Amino acid sequence: MVNLVLKINGAELHLSAAAEESLLSVLRNRLNLTGTKYGCGEGQCGACTVLLDGNAARACLTPVSAAAGMKITTIEGLEQNGRLSPVQQAFLDEGAFQCGYCTSGMIVCATALLREQPHPTDDQIVARMDGNVCRCGTYPRIVDAVKRASQMAAKGAAR
Amino acid sequence: MSLLDFPALERAEPGVSSQLDRRDFLKALGGGLLVCLSGADGFAQESGRGGFGGGHELPKEISAWLHIAADGTITVYTGKVEVGQNIRTSLAQSVAEELRVSFSAIAMVMGDTDLVPWDQGTFGSQTTPNMGPQLRRMAASARQSLIALAAARWNVDAATLSAADGKVTGPQKYQAATYGELTRGEKLVTTISSSAPLTPASDWKIAGTAEPKANGREFVTGKHQYPSDIVRPGMLFGKVLRPEGFNATLVSLDSSEVEKMAGVRVVHDGDLIGVTAPDAWTAERALGALKAKWSVPAQPSNKEMCETFKQTDGGGRPQHVTGSVDQAMAAAPIKLEQQYVIQYIAHAPLEPRAAVAEWTDGKLTVWTGTQRPFGVRDELASAFNIPATQVRVIQPDMGSGYGGKHQGDAAVEAARLAKAAGKPVKLVWTREEEFTWAYFRPGGLIEIRSAADHDGTLLAWEHHNYNSGNAAITTPYNTANQLIQYHAAKSPLRQGSYRGLAATANHFARESHMDELAHAVGMDPLEFRLKNLTDPRLIAVYHAAAEKFGWGREKSTPQRGFGIAGGADKGACIATCAEVEIAGTKVRIKRVVQAWESGAIVNPDGLRNQVGGALVQAIGGALFEAIEFSNGRIGNPHFAQYRVPRFSDTPQVELVLLNRPDLPSAGAGETGIVGLAPAVGNAIFAATGTRLRNMPMAPLNPVAGAPASPFTS
Repeated sequence: MVNLVLKINGAELHLSAAAEESLLSVLRNRLNLTGTKYGCGEGQCGACTVLLDGNAARACLTPVSAAAGMKITTIEGLEQNGRLSPVQQAFLDEGAFQCGYCTSGMIVCATALLREQPHPTDDQIVARMDGNVCRCGTYPRIVDAVKRASQMAAKGAAR
Repeated sequence: MSLLDFPALERAEPGVSSQLDRRDFLKALGGGLLVCLSGADGFAQESGRGGFGGGHELPKEISAWLHIAADGTITVYTGKVEVGQNIRTSLAQSVAEELRVSFSAIAMVMGDTDLVPWDQGTFGSQTTPNMGPQLRRMAASARQSLIALAAARWNVDAATLSAADGKVTGPQKYQAATYGELTRGEKLVTTISSSAPLTPASDWKIAGTAEPKANGREFVTGKHQYPSDIVRPGMLFGKVLRPEGFNATLVSLDSSEVEKMAGVRVVHDGDLIGVTAPDAWTAERALGALKAKWSVPAQPSNKEMCETFKQTDGGGRPQHVTGSVDQAMAAAPIKLEQQYVIQYIAHAPLEPRAAVAEWTDGKLTVWTGTQRPFGVRDELASAFNIPATQVRVIQPDMGSGYGGKHQGDAAVEAARLAKAAGKPVKLVWTREEEFTWAYFRPGGLIEIRSAADHDGTLLAWEHHNYNSGNAAITTPYNTANQLIQYHAAKSPLRQGSYRGLAATANHFARESHMDELAHAVGMDPLEFRLKNLTDPRLIAVYHAAAEKFGWGREKSTPQRGFGIAGGADKGACIATCAEVEIAGTKVRIKRVVQAWESGAIVNPDGLRNQVGGALVQAIGGALFEAIEFSNGRIGNPHFAQYRVPRFSDTPQVELVLLNRPDLPSAGAGETGIVGLAPAVGNAIFAATGTRLRNMPMAPLNPVAGAPASPFTS
């Protein structure tokens, strides 16, 4: 076990964990940040997607020691002062979920996508989100939600 | 609207919530009896529902289903569970409608065995057609009781009063009271009245609308707690050692290294070998350090699947026989005989099986993801030989199931580990465990022979399903001579329920065969179907799908094929038109139009999500999903090897929902999955002339024992 300082959602958290333990395990099992989900443990489903310095990363494949020092943003960190981020609001508006278990990963992945490509085409959305699985099959609505978020962000209003 | 909003009990942070039972809970809310003057008669359940109660009598008392607090908060109790099908929302809409309150006034408590009336489970598309009317009738009765209560209080004729917006009012100014003022938080002791008038769907104002998902904000902020998110004070993390293969026996176990690990406990309790540790990381390491040797017996593999089904055919009698298929076949001008093979597939819900178990003074509480909370409660009671009253199962809205979470495996394992450890234990299955130790959608072998006249009249239809099941096995097409039989067989794998059950396999075989027969007759596939149909609902969805799709407007080419399929099951009718693109050997589904009718629509937005989602999920089983098994081992227990539908597999989806306010609402969770595979297969044939008779039709790797497909996807 090593002592670590993690910068998560704007807070500095001190904890003890195994250096090679996954960031996902630390978030969920040591910090009770359970919004980030376990789906496969091998980077194939995207349910555990978090932002590391703004870039989408699979928390299940990221050793916690590698994330120390980086700015970690989880689904819990996207809402600001009770105001949903444009992507969160767009998912809500489009009803882009069924069971919702993939939703955290989808929203975080879409957040990173829109940071890099503020006005993505459908093909760009599909290509970028293809690593995220929704077993309920809500993909068409998720694409619509990402497009809506893009428009909302362009208007500079998260409502 | 979620369990989390439940006062006193669920809103409390895990760790401080007291273990109130239902009686204490009602007492806490105010346990006095509220007697009102209603001539309500006892109403058990609608007859002819085929054992909805499953031997359990459903409570007749309104108070078992509903509580109205003094502040007007309305809580509804049901044993049905929310797994993504949006039933929490649509049931609340139905109750709000009949009770004459706003949607937001209602909180649903679901799937908590200490708080809700017994229920057999959430499956078979039964919630909307059965629990829906039960709750509507209950709410309508409650509304009558509230009016009667106000009438008694004001000493006026109840007929002069009416209920709206959570209030009872009369012609006089003083005659106005909110429901909370009327009940003062006390129980409504009247019973559910079969004569309480239900609001016709044509008059619905809350039901029938696109109410957004209850508590949707919790899902976009990561705040909703799924079963695998539950945390209890002092909780340990558990892991279970899995054998090397199915039906294995343990030869030896060396746990000496693990016994030395700090905080780790090795649990060896009968057939269960597991570990508990203070953190998940240590539990994983401890599991990895257990040294076990197993003996795995020889077992059938994919390539022996069909042979196994035939050899172990349990016989039995046909479900349906009319006329003589033999005689009709002998005389018919056009005949066809074909075989269809359906592989085992996995549900692969994104949230794997998970449970948190806690023992307190001999009472067991388990939070787990299951479609059958009461079934799991009974499994737990039986596993520990304790009364069911000593077991509480709580089902937080879960990361879905698709028919895959009927059993309580993880719950029992967590409870055994927790008992041994003397502390609460969380157990979350890995993806590999989920792919291996859960149960599978059955594989199957289907044989169909049929005959038709030159004018397209069906003359004979014989359908045998080996192993996969009898859901939707009967044909909706009029045929004088029929023999339809399901053959139970010995499954080489543990198999169980799945969205739509065998309706997918039976529709694939039937609708592929109908298409083949249409081509043999020389008729347009839609025209051929319509010629042999009289069910107006099925005809209507065929017309609706065909119109939206533009069926017949363009001819298929070698690069672009159009296919159609349809059917009826579980009270719903579906027709699916698919357009596929063929590039070399690669198939891509480009566009799908699916028309749907399931009676009166309770929530069109939720219905769209279900019917469209089922269609997308169907792509996997249609084109590439297959469990590879060999000698008691699963060959592809990871998403890297077991392909599931992704964004890039998803076609343009257009749904046509036909609303029939004159018909009862049927369930919509399942039948949306049945049309895609045959429609796509038929489209591939239309483009290429190649008929695919095995599911999956275009797998990543050839499935052993099934003829190789010329296509990939």
